[in-house]
Amino acid sequence: MTELSKTGAAVGEPTSASPAPTSFLEVRDLKVHFPTDDGLVKSVDGLSFKLEKGKTLGIVGESGSGKSVTSLGIMGLHTAGQYGKRKAQISGEIWLDGTELLTADPDEVRKLRGRNMAMIFQDPLSALHPYYTIGQQIVEAYRIHHDVDKKTARRRAVEMLDRVGIPQPDKRVDSYPHEFSGGMRQRAMIAMSLVNNPELLIADEPTTALDVTVQAQILDLIRDLQKEFGSAVIIITHDLGVVAELADDILVMYGGRCVERGPAEKVFYEPRHPYTWGLLGSMPRLDREQQERLIPVKGSPPSLINVPSGCAFNPRCPYADIPKDNVTRTVRPELTEVGSQHWAACHMTQEQRERIWTEEIAPKL
Amino acid sequence: MSIPAQSEGPLVTKADAAPGDTLLKVTGLQKHFPIKKGLLQRQVGAVHAVDGIDFEVKAGETLGVVGESGCGKSTMGRLITRLLEPTGGKVEFEGKDITHLGVSGMRPLRRDVQMIFQDPYSSLNPRHTIGTIVGAPFRLQGVEPEGGIKKEVQRLLSVVGLNPEHYNRYPHEFSGGQRQRIGIARALALNPKLVVADEPVSALDVSIQAQVVNLLDDLQQELGLTYVIIAHDLSVVRHVSDRIAVMYLGKIVELADRESLYRAPMHPYTKALMSAVPIPDPRRKNAKSERILLKGDVPSPISPPSGCRFHTRCWKATEICKTTEPILVELRTGQQVACHHPENFEDQAPQDTVLLTVAKEAAELVADEVLAESAETSAAVAAEVAEASSEAAAVSDETSDSTGSTEAEAGAQESTDGQN
Repeated sequence: MTELSKTGAAVGEPTSASPAPTSFLEVRDLKVHFPTDDGLVKSVDGLSFKLEKGKTLGIVGESGSGKSVTSLGIMGLHTAGQYGKRKAQISGEIWLDGTELLTADPDEVRKLRGRNMAMIFQDPLSALHPYYTIGQQIVEAYRIHHDVDKKTARRRAVEMLDRVGIPQPDKRVDSYPHEFSGGMRQRAMIAMSLVNNPELLIADEPTTALDVTVQAQILDLIRDLQKEFGSAVIIITHDLGVVAELADDILVMYGGRCVERGPAEKVFYEPRHPYTWGLLGSMPRLDREQQERLIPVKGSPPSLINVPSGCAFNPRCPYADIPKDNVTRTVRPELTEVGSQHWAACHMTQEQRERIWTEEIAPKL
Repeated sequence: MSIPAQSEGPLVTKADAAPGDTLLKVTGLQKHFPIKKGLLQRQVGAVHAVDGIDFEVKAGETLGVVGESGCGKSTMGRLITRLLEPTGGKVEFEGKDITHLGVSGMRPLRRDVQMIFQDPYSSLNPRHTIGTIVGAPFRLQGVEPEGGIKKEVQRLLSVVGLNPEHYNRYPHEFSGGQRQRIGIARALALNPKLVVADEPVSALDVSIQAQVVNLLDDLQQELGLTYVIIAHDLSVVRHVSDRIAVMYLGKIVELADRESLYRAPMHPYTKALMSAVPIPDPRRKNAKSERILLKGDVPSPISPPSGCRFHTRCWKATEICKTTEPILVELRTGQQVACHHPENFEDQAPQDTVLLTVAKEAAELVADEVLAESAETSAAVAAEVAEASSEAAAVSDETSDSTGSTEAEAGAQESTDGQN
């Protein structure tokens, strides 16, 4: 019933009705569904956001909330039909610098991919090819988009490895991925994704597989490189610490949808969705005095085949009975503006949420 | 808990340890994994996974063990539960030497020492029902609980927050968090005295992580359990532990109670490790200066660096760090550190002031504030300690001895102190 507000965009054609995008990256009502034997998995179900150049968007959520599917969707990596013989069903609009990616010619998108938008994957060992040297892989990524000879490309690869802090880059360029440590592999992958100076960089859990000390090095590197290249960055993670370090804006995902979106400070200090409260409460923190107890979110994340009706969070929400007429279980809440540039999807009134946050939640954090 | 057979075990001679008694004592524990090569499988080297660690676990407390991957923390957990055979050293459980007990010798002790594993997907047999899995310890130990195994298993399931009616379900029907609860129920089945949990929450989502952490907390209070919790997440470890051991390349570099460790870490590695944890507070985004970035990666445990193993990445390393291995000594009450130049404390080798070249490089990555601050606190603490030791000198001669000893003797002196 809430889909009424959306026009025909759901079919995937940019209708003439939809206004031209004003931002560098604009995602409108993105849906990524996978047909399976058990039913339709709605991994991403109506996601919209904007991102400007030089800014960082952090996407947070638990496993299965649709974070990674979103990023693969933007990169156009779903349509190739890799999930068995079935293709993912993708609809909505993805505008990158004035080009709509979902309806664009696949060859066109291939030219953009790697050059204008690049991705850092979670597990560098499985993302790098074990049979080729690091150098060969970076050279390939560069030569696909630039008409240069091998020598120049190799020089460029060494330069990039040096930039991401790999010692003795002129030697290590001929190493194989297995000769690198986890942190170095991740650096090599960052070098590969940045070799074409992409304007959009998507980092999908870039540090999850790494130790904290190495994580700190990599986060620092991403931050410095962003400053240097002025690219737009989407960082996907489940670690609120990582987004707080990097992100200007934060988007909280739950059950394939955005439940809260806003500037990082707002989301951390004036969150307006019970799920965000839950995330903040379940996290032990080093920068605060020792908490007596953590405040976990009860229950477990929903199945994406049978997303609970109404608000997807309602079975786990301690405040689900506050709105009248059982509305949380029947009507899916839309994102509403709760502050400047700050949206949340909850049926409780602004005042109710403000009161619960300031009186009940914030003092316990 | 009512498991009547508990005290009838043939080898359990003692009554339960009272809170505060030493339950587990580890001295000089070592585990070297041989590296074999060639046709004859000759040993060409060894991975020094755990290389001489000492600690005690007292009944009723939680000891947290942190460190980066490859520092030997999981191996340590498997050694104290005797899932691995130690290469050297000694493990004592309730005063009984269990270092080299065989399978049958360990069996009676298995009910007292239990383990919770990291991965709830691979640690539960997919072909067994939950009832069989949680009931296995009873069958293996030949324990017949009051009211039968089924009833007891159902009670355990409800203790860990699962529905007792799920007795006949299979592991794949449960989510990650629920599976971890099943693992916990199995570990608790025989009312153990010591539970070793190896990364119990790292495979779980944040919101589920908090549920399991709280559950472990509640169970400890209700059942008086003793935990050794191994984890890489410093914030989780701080939340659950009373005392914390920080490991680096097979050694404990610092062992202290929670408050002291987090308020004033003494080992530079502890300090770097803690500063590397991203703080979930966007207002501190620009406070990058507090962070200590370590250069490079952890050296290989096949040929660990000489002297202090951290000297290749430490910004305070001097010649002595390269040549003499620092001993784990108690510098402040409840805070043991193995370092020649500790932070927040008096320098243990003040004569040695020339930094190694690697240290100079490493120092470039450390903000000036950190360096200045540590010099300041070190000086302040040194003055404080000098005062205290002059008072103490009247009482005991030993302290004045150690401060007066020369650089070369310092190490030997510390070692005797450490053993005392």
